[in-house]
Parts: sequence; structure tokens; C-alpha cells
Amino acid sequence: MKSTTIGILVVAAILVVLPFVAPNAYYLDLTVRMAINAIIVLGLNLLIGFAGQISLGHAGFLGIGAYASAVLPTHFGWHPLVAMGAGAAATAVLAGLVARPIFKLKGHYLAMATLGLGIIINIALRNEAQWTGGPDGMPVPAMGLFGFELSTDRQWYWVVAALLVISVWASLNLIDSPFGRALRALHGSEVASQVVGVDVVRYKVAIFVMSAVFASLMGSVTAHYIGFVSPNFADFFHSIELVTMVVVGGMASVFGSLVGAVLLTALPQALATFEGWETVVFGAILMGFMIFLPKGIVPTLAAKFGKGD
Amino acid sequence: MARLLEVSDLSIHFGGVKAVQNVSFGIDAGIVYSVIGPNGAGKTTLFNLITGVYKPTAGEIRLDGEAIHGRSPNELARRGMARTFQNLQICMNMSAIENVMVGAHLRLDRNLVKAALRFPGLKRRDRELRDEAAQLMDFVGLGQYVEARADSMPYGALKRLEIARALAMKPRLIFLDEPAAGLNPKETIEVDHLVRKVADSGVTVVLVEHDMKMVMNLSDRILVLDYGKKLAEGTGEEVRRNPDVIAAYLGAHA
Repeated sequence: MKSTTIGILVVAAILVVLPFVAPNAYYLDLTVRMAINAIIVLGLNLLIGFAGQISLGHAGFLGIGAYASAVLPTHFGWHPLVAMGAGAAATAVLAGLVARPIFKLKGHYLAMATLGLGIIINIALRNEAQWTGGPDGMPVPAMGLFGFELSTDRQWYWVVAALLVISVWASLNLIDSPFGRALRALHGSEVASQVVGVDVVRYKVAIFVMSAVFASLMGSVTAHYIGFVSPNFADFFHSIELVTMVVVGGMASVFGSLVGAVLLTALPQALATFEGWETVVFGAILMGFMIFLPKGIVPTLAAKFGKGD
Repeated sequence: MARLLEVSDLSIHFGGVKAVQNVSFGIDAGIVYSVIGPNGAGKTTLFNLITGVYKPTAGEIRLDGEAIHGRSPNELARRGMARTFQNLQICMNMSAIENVMVGAHLRLDRNLVKAALRFPGLKRRDRELRDEAAQLMDFVGLGQYVEARADSMPYGALKRLEIARALAMKPRLIFLDEPAAGLNPKETIEVDHLVRKVADSGVTVVLVEHDMKMVMNLSDRILVLDYGKKLAEGTGEEVRRNPDVIAAYLGAHA
């Protein structure tokens, strides 16, 4: 428990210092995006790394949250917080409805189903142009909190930073709880977890829904932060990007999720100097990670220096 | 005395293979009951049927008079059934003691939200559970592995870790599938003593085991299976003298 407490404190300390050392607004913006991705990846890692289930459609859930925050306040005058909650609730219902029958099957059906679901959501967002603005996307009204409007990057930074610290804390709590142990146990041996009384389907559904809701809420935050949504939010490649963050940072590693999100959010920006070759370099770097750090950055380093995560 | 477990005319077919055919027997509370038979006789399949991993093609299983066949393993766990596996089913992604703690799953508050927000009582309960799991590891002779990772433990220790996990359920009935398989003679004697200790603590033990010395030493009653059928049932002495059993084990002309 000690090492994880230190971990949270380190993350919090970095987040407190960052805005004061960031050279300009560009870096602050990048940090907000990193933090948002980190929160999504934390949720996704609970599903992929800890419970051993895959989702290739998480950007779809992100899209639902983002568009709930765009459409409901714009067309129906809902309060942004209520819209955010509605998006999360809709995501929870959808994720639950899809997951329940899928998890009763064995094998890789979940990957296929989530892949399909993500694509369907993306298509729906593109086609329902009268509500969503179609492929062009639409602007998002500002987020007001208790009569105070969130507008500057710096304000958003503190909100997102606080959410990130809370998410790390909650994830660590969850992993080290009866719920988290059951989750890891069904990954380790499904039949063993069943015979000690774990309702495997229920647990898989619960963590799938929870990680989907994380994505949806962060979709809403992103929408308000950027002030604009487009169907690219829910793009298939965005889903893959999120999974890649999990894998590169380290499966079943909370701090690995943060490292993966930070690195893969920054990398495309850093590679912009390669002009047209950045995708190639990006791919080569990912391959390098998979060859030399197949377990992900944080678990590999933790094993090397003899420290558990 | 009422039977704790009553199995009647139990059968399962996998395609054309009749792995278990019309097997009937009963187990009284508090005894050690062994199931023996040559390889492929259907012993593990029988365990899988009773613990809900397989659904029977036909027949009945009653626990305390209540029909339980066709129920899922997690429902049966709720009714006090625990088991270990012939081929190890240890969660290698967890520490040894966490494997034992998972056994107490049903006795804990498993609420997701409370866990994430770290409700005060939960942590204390978890510490108590950790102490309890450490005691159980001590009980099965794994005191030295309390801090170990599961994937760093030797095979013989993992076999006993499975028993500790099953005991963490506080079961009424425990199914041990070849607890001594792959162990050396010294370890086998230790497991023999351990099973005796478990039985003495009031848990009804159902044992599948190839080590005949251990089976004869521990069992109150023995069921002999051959080709999925019941060949004989009785005390160790009765089974040992049964001509069908002798034929099955030593060949028809022995």
C-alpha cells in the first residue's frame, strides 16, 4: 500500500507544479489532453489489464458523452452537468445491454461486438446531421459550474487534474478490494473464480459498464473543453489509440495507464517535425515498445528494479 | 442420519462418449469419501458435474435434499461447496495470499462504488481477512509464502494453496481433485496429514486420488469408477476385496 500512496502523491505533486513550469499555453493544452486520456485509459485498463477483457469501441462511448454534452444543451437547453449525466447513463445502459449477452459466450466475441458498436455509433453521429451537425460536427456550449463558467485552459486544467488524482486513487482502491480481487481472479482463472462464488458474467459486465462510463464522462469533458465535437471523437482509430495506451503503458498497471496516456498523447505532437513520415516513425516506436518492453513500460521497469506496482 | 449429498443415476455424454453413466451414491456429513478408478474412469468429470462446471445429461444431485444439478458453480459455492483442481487453477497474476482471500469472496462486501471510494469499514475488514488468510496458509503449511507471489511458488506449494483458497470459503463440503498428484513421497505424506486435519475440522471431504496408500488411510468410504460406471462402493476393506475392482486394476486375469 505504501508504494501506491507515494505514487499518488508524486502524480499530485507533478500536476500542481506543471502549470507553473509550462512554457506556454500550448503545453498547458497538451497536459489537459494527456490528463483526459489518462482518465479514460485508467478505466480501460481496469477492463483490459485487470479483468482481461478487450474493448475496441471505447471511442464510441466517448462519442456518446461528447455528443450528449453538445446536443442536449444546444437543442433542448439542458444544463451541461445534467447532459453529462444523461450521456453517462445512456452509455451505461447501452454498454450493459451489449455486454450481458456477449459475456455469456466464451472467446473473442467482445472484441468483435465492441468494434461493431463503436462503428455504429460513429455512423449514427455522422448521419443524424439535423441533431449532430453530421461530419462537420457542432459547437458545444460552455460548461457552467455553480454559476461560474469554465472557460480558460487554466481553469480546465485544475478541474481535469483533480479528476485525474481522484481517478487514480479510486482505481487503486478498487483493485485492492474484494471487487478488484474477483476481477483479477476471473482473469487469472475463470473456473477457479467461479467455484469460489464469483458471478463471472456480472463482474465482467460491471467493469465494462464502468469503463464505458469513464469514457463517456471524459467525452463530455473533452467536448466542453474544446468547445466543439466531431464524429472523429468516436472514430475506430481513436479506440485503437486508447487500447495502445493501455498496452504501451502496461496492462494491469495503474501508473502504467498514466505513462501510456502521457506518452502516446505527446508522441504524435513530438513527431510532427518528421513531416509526412510521422506515422511511420510512430509505428516503428510502437513496434520497439512491443519488442523490448512487451509487458508495457511500467511493469517492465517495476520488475527490473524489483518493485511491485 | 440424513445424507449431505445424494447422487442418483447421474450421466453425462459428450457426443458419443458416455463419460459418466448412471452413477448413484450418497455421502454422509463429516466423512472422507474417496472416488478412485483408472485414468479416464470419469472421476474428474464426476467432480465437474457435482460442482456445476458441467451440466448432467440425466440424473439428479441433491445437497441436503435440495436438487442442485444444473446450477452454476457460483451458486453452488453459495451453498457451501468448495473444490480444488487436478490441473492447477491458481491466479498467477495475484499474490499467494490474495489467491486465498479470493476464496472468502462471498463473505465480503463486494460493492464496486464503496470499494472505489474506500468506505471506512471496508479496509478494516480487508485487513482482518488478510490475517485470516495468513492463518489459513499457516494451517496448510505455507506460512513461509505469506508474502510470496503465486508465480514464484513451487508446484507442491501451489497444490496446497488451492486447498487454502477452498478453505477460505468456510465450506461444508470440499472436493479435492488429486491433491497429491505430482508430489514426492514426503510431500504426499504432508498432504495426507493435511486432508486429515481438514476432515477433523468438520468439513466433509470428497477425494479423488491415485495414491492408494493415502486413499486407504483416509477414507471412510470409497467409490470405484471404471469407464464412467460405478464398479463398487464401500469401506476400504470391502472395496479392496471386491473381485471386479481387482480385475479392473490388475487386469481380468490377475
